[in-house]
Amino acid sequence: MTTKMFGTGVARVEDQRFLRGHGTYADDLLVDDPRLLHAAVLRSPHAHARILDINVDDVLEVDGVVAVWTYDDLTDAMAEPLPLLIPHPTLTHGRTQYALAKDEVNYVGEAIAFVVATDRYVAEDALDRIRVSYETLPAVVGIDAARKAERLVHDDVPGNVAARMEQNTGDVEAALARSPHRLSLDWDIERSACMPMEGRGVVGRWDPDTSRLTVWSSTQTSTGVRGCISAKLGLDLAAVDVITPDVGGGFGVKINHPWPEELLVPLAAKTLGVPVKFTEDRREHFISSAHERAQQHHVEVGFDDDGRIIGLDVRFWHDNGAYIPYGLIVPIVASTQLLGPYKPEVYRVVFDSLYTNTVIVTPYRGAGRPQGCFVMERTIDAIAKALGKDRVEVRRANFIQPDEFPYDQGLIFQDGRELEYDSGNYPALLDKLLTLIDWDGFPAYQAEMAAQGRRVGIGLACYVEGTGAGPYEGAHVHIETSGKVKVATGLTTQGQGHQTSFAQIVADTLGVRFEDVEITTGDTRKMPYAVGTFASRAAVMSGSAIHLAALRAKEKALRIAAEALEVDEADLEIADGVVGVKGTDAQIDLGTVAVLSNPLRYAFDEASKRATQFSVGDPGKPPVAEDDEPGLEGKDFYSPSRSTFASGMHAAILETDPDTAEITILKYAVVHDCGNVINPMIVEGQIHGGVAQGIGGALYERMAYDDSGQLLNASYMDFLMPFVTEIPDSIAIDHQETPSPLNPLGIKGAGEAGVIPVSAVFAAAIEDAERIPITAMPISPSELFELRRHHNS
Amino acid sequence: MSEELHDVRLRVNAGIQQIRVPARRLLSDALRHDCGLTGTHVGCEHGVCGACTVLVDGVPMRSCLIFAVAAEGAQITTVEGLTEPDDTLSPVQQAFRECHGLQCGFCTPGFLTTIAAGLEENPEPTEEEAREMIAGNLCRCTGYHNIVKSVLRAAEITRERESAAGEEA
Repeated sequence: MTTKMFGTGVARVEDQRFLRGHGTYADDLLVDDPRLLHAAVLRSPHAHARILDINVDDVLEVDGVVAVWTYDDLTDAMAEPLPLLIPHPTLTHGRTQYALAKDEVNYVGEAIAFVVATDRYVAEDALDRIRVSYETLPAVVGIDAARKAERLVHDDVPGNVAARMEQNTGDVEAALARSPHRLSLDWDIERSACMPMEGRGVVGRWDPDTSRLTVWSSTQTSTGVRGCISAKLGLDLAAVDVITPDVGGGFGVKINHPWPEELLVPLAAKTLGVPVKFTEDRREHFISSAHERAQQHHVEVGFDDDGRIIGLDVRFWHDNGAYIPYGLIVPIVASTQLLGPYKPEVYRVVFDSLYTNTVIVTPYRGAGRPQGCFVMERTIDAIAKALGKDRVEVRRANFIQPDEFPYDQGLIFQDGRELEYDSGNYPALLDKLLTLIDWDGFPAYQAEMAAQGRRVGIGLACYVEGTGAGPYEGAHVHIETSGKVKVATGLTTQGQGHQTSFAQIVADTLGVRFEDVEITTGDTRKMPYAVGTFASRAAVMSGSAIHLAALRAKEKALRIAAEALEVDEADLEIADGVVGVKGTDAQIDLGTVAVLSNPLRYAFDEASKRATQFSVGDPGKPPVAEDDEPGLEGKDFYSPSRSTFASGMHAAILETDPDTAEITILKYAVVHDCGNVINPMIVEGQIHGGVAQGIGGALYERMAYDDSGQLLNASYMDFLMPFVTEIPDSIAIDHQETPSPLNPLGIKGAGEAGVIPVSAVFAAAIEDAERIPITAMPISPSELFELRRHHNS
Repeated sequence: MSEELHDVRLRVNAGIQQIRVPARRLLSDALRHDCGLTGTHVGCEHGVCGACTVLVDGVPMRSCLIFAVAAEGAQITTVEGLTEPDDTLSPVQQAFRECHGLQCGFCTPGFLTTIAAGLEENPEPTEEEAREMIAGNLCRCTGYHNIVKSVLRAAEITRERESAAGEEA
């Protein structure tokens, strides 16, 4: 009997190569190829300037420099702006940059020139030889400046407004007017960024013999990059292969595409006829990839005596940076997922997406949810405070109840579909959290600590996360004559352990040994139809597609085995890669079934000898039936009608130092519901990592831009990411499994969850400890110190 | 004008690497691109993240802060050199696998080399000492919990293997 793999914390397949130093990341490719050239990019030192002239005369004099490109060298589609990937009717003023700046730069870091040389050191030397004349322009930095619009980022975008969008579920003015209580609140979140340990990397190789381009990119979407390269370089899609090698973390930033280098590297490789590599350094990652998070919210909320929200009116401003290639995904997610597990009677949200002369903004793990969660949870805390009620009770009063699913929030989600929650049980989840953090025991503990002169506070926050957005993913399952199972799905992997969790699904669905399953992701040669890895969608989308494809392969295996064994299909079962007749010793292994599935003319080994036309099948019939095809394979796609909604709640007990305002985490608790869990070890790992990023976002990480648009902390020395010393000794975790009715495995996404509520939890706990309103995050000890002084004066 | 090149003889893991590099070539780049040992990763190139940590005469050092020419004659151990001679995973590598101490694997080589040296110095660390041991390395995926567990488990595996070897002898 095959052991059930789904739900088991199986050790990861991919670890073997990673632990031995045998992983292959973008910069590891072609290191032994003596022809390999290296690229470097000249980037704008100014946040806002017109380019008057670019002089590259001295560059080619540098020994080892092979080529240099500026905008003037780009032709046809390459000379057009980069694509606006996700258009939206409200995105009336969408602007994207050029692969190399044409006549204006809009952020420090924008690509201006591209140099290819025999060595990266030489390529970087050569950048210093490029002379650019600029006319500097005043920069627009931060949401305040963008809103004031005294200066414009783009001359033809009035008010710096890329988009204004409104959604509502009714007459919010009337709802507020009839509310017995009202509050007016402001909330603020600063910029942060994904900061994967590996930056961006691209390698391109043109094969003149076959006229094919192979590109490896550290991307979250190989099919997306392939489509862009094909369109921009004027190559047939069939002439371009994009492979995602091992990727050193993504967290969202690598979903944006094409980066200028993802086009310039293939262009150079094709033009020069030799392989070319670009590997971003850390400063470049800070100033030329993408950031997220910065939003300002104003909330008007009306509620009854129980804290039940009658009207919720949210107006917010979203900083989208200098350009908006990824469209409005982040503010749309923030504006819809803000509602969390709650059901206000009437909700209205209006947002402006604003240009600033800073790095572009694209999704970072959570993708707008941390902001939405912060605003909603802090608003509920404010309601509780205003009514003198327990924060928990106000949450309970507003929860969607377990018998109300599917629950339609009456809004349109980021995927263009209804924001309809498929399943969940929020009250039960909250009960688990309160037990885990000992909510009821806290007041006594707080008093006890106060008696010792110590300040401690408790906070909690809840979220709902739409995961597994469409449009689709696909999978191909191939059972080889050896009995090994090769599976391909098109979305990419950047640390989630897909080779393990997807193999678990195949092992169970097909009835084969886990060790016999090999998963390939992100290779357009093996699965050219795919979308990408974002929005906690890989398990839901590709997991489901793999399950469906494996079912198809299984159906075929059973049909062929039934013929071979001369029994009814219903009498067969597959376990450990062997098809057996129930209750008898008769059996046939899947490898042999694969042999039988493919009638051959030529015998090249013992197995194929058994499948030649003289030994297989009914001589009176065609070797391959009209409605059949050779081979033991299954291919299928999964395309759900809408996202599935995971949920979770976090709570923390923090201590603030009365003198230094240092903030210490004493206890952290997480309850989480991502439906059926494929691999609990991997899910817990995702939660740990998410919480750590959340702690960074709550207490340390911010992009320190000065007024001229220079990023002052563009290094790991100055941008403070948590080391182990910033993470609590333990995180208490409890799971609840409410299956999704939308997909065959009942799963929901788990990748982003851990990061979402952390800022809301910390703000609440600090407020509880300090009795000072905390309205902006992140918060540093010095800011808390200043808040105290301001509050006490 | 061409750069002056220097012949450098590096003792890396069990072998000798003879390379010809400019004086400014970082050890990290020399290991990766000249020796083809791409297991050592480069995360920040300014000595903070620790992904490029290798052992230089047994001491963990940031290979992005050392010139290759300065490593002439030193014994360098990279992640590739941690595996046992019979190709089984070393105790630290095995512990990371058991405890899910890695996700994307990019920072992992720096943790593995750091911990390998740390356990040489302190074979039985407390949890606090395990945290201290890894406090100079950045990981963006795991949140560190399982890395701390891996340190403690690695110490355990080392003891298990030593006692098994003792019984055999």
